[in-house]
Amino acid sequence: MSASVFRNAMTLQFPSLSENESFARVAVAAFVSQLDPTLDELMDIKTVVSEAVTNAIIHGYEGRPDGIVTVRATIEGETVRIEVEDQGKGIEDIEQARQPLYTSKPELERSGMGFTIIENFMDETEIVSAPGKGTLIRMAKRIESRRKQALFN
Amino acid sequence: MAFQIELEQHRKALIVRLKGELDHHTADLLKARMEDAIEREGALNVVLSLRELSFMDSSGLGVILGRYRQIAAKGGRMVVCDVAPHLVRLFEMSGLFKIVTMAPSEQAALAGLEVAL
Ligand SMILES: Nc1ncnc2c1ncn2[C@@H]1O[C@H](COP(=O)(O)OP(=O)(O)OP(=O)(O)O)[C@@H](O)[C@H]1O
Ligand SMILES: [Mg+2]
Repeated sequence: MSASVFRNAMTLQFPSLSENESFARVAVAAFVSQLDPTLDELMDIKTVVSEAVTNAIIHGYEGRPDGIVTVRATIEGETVRIEVEDQGKGIEDIEQARQPLYTSKPELERSGMGFTIIENFMDETEIVSAPGKGTLIRMAKRIESRRKQALFN
Repeated sequence: MAFQIELEQHRKALIVRLKGELDHHTADLLKARMEDAIEREGALNVVLSLRELSFMDSSGLGVILGRYRQIAAKGGRMVVCDVAPHLVRLFEMSGLFKIVTMAPSEQAALAGLEVAL
């Protein structure tokens, strides 16, 4: 077996339009498909990308269509790292934002579950944010490839 | 994939069949269609049929909770049916099953509402 670790990377950048939410999650899922993930793992990835990108659009840019959302994904061996970044409003109190059911926009019928879902579906989550500067969400998940499972079974 | 909504006014409940991907972009349409059926057509109970829903995130949870509050205020009930395993996890995480019942099929959902009435 080769000792070298498989590496790959991608970057997406798009304006803060809700049309791009499905585009972003489908693109990242297609990229992650190289690791032959299970359908459940793929659904987890799609969901967290959707959560983070939606947050950038709704909270970061507050619905303005002229913000830029950046999505980066890397594969290193069996680990997928995903970053979603905006240069929007930023988060004042990150601890509060992470609480299940906390939302600053109840009038928009948000459930306050986005960060909770991300933290549940990913192995690692980090939120870097500053008011007026923007928000960066870093996430990582190890993919139990189906191919490998089949090989060792 | 596009998002589609099919509404059927059954004797005991409004049946809402969802198809495709429910996210922030498509949630507004669902909100408008259901609000209309609940407010103007007076639907009381709602059966949400998710068999053909291929994707949903927290935006979906928000619309569902919003419509639940709307019918609960009038004494109505909500049942979700044909929920895929990954959506069951999402519902469990959000505590939705504390207020909304889950049924294996539309028929079972309607039967459950009959009994409860
Ligand atoms: N990119 C961001 N920029 C600024 N604020 C953010 C950002 N992401 C999240 N927040 C803040 O963190 C809070 C919690 O986010 P979370 O995704 O958990 O819930 P929500 O978006 O309010 O509701 P839901 O995700 O269930 O629709 C938000 O209400 C918002 O105040
Ligand atoms: Mg959110």
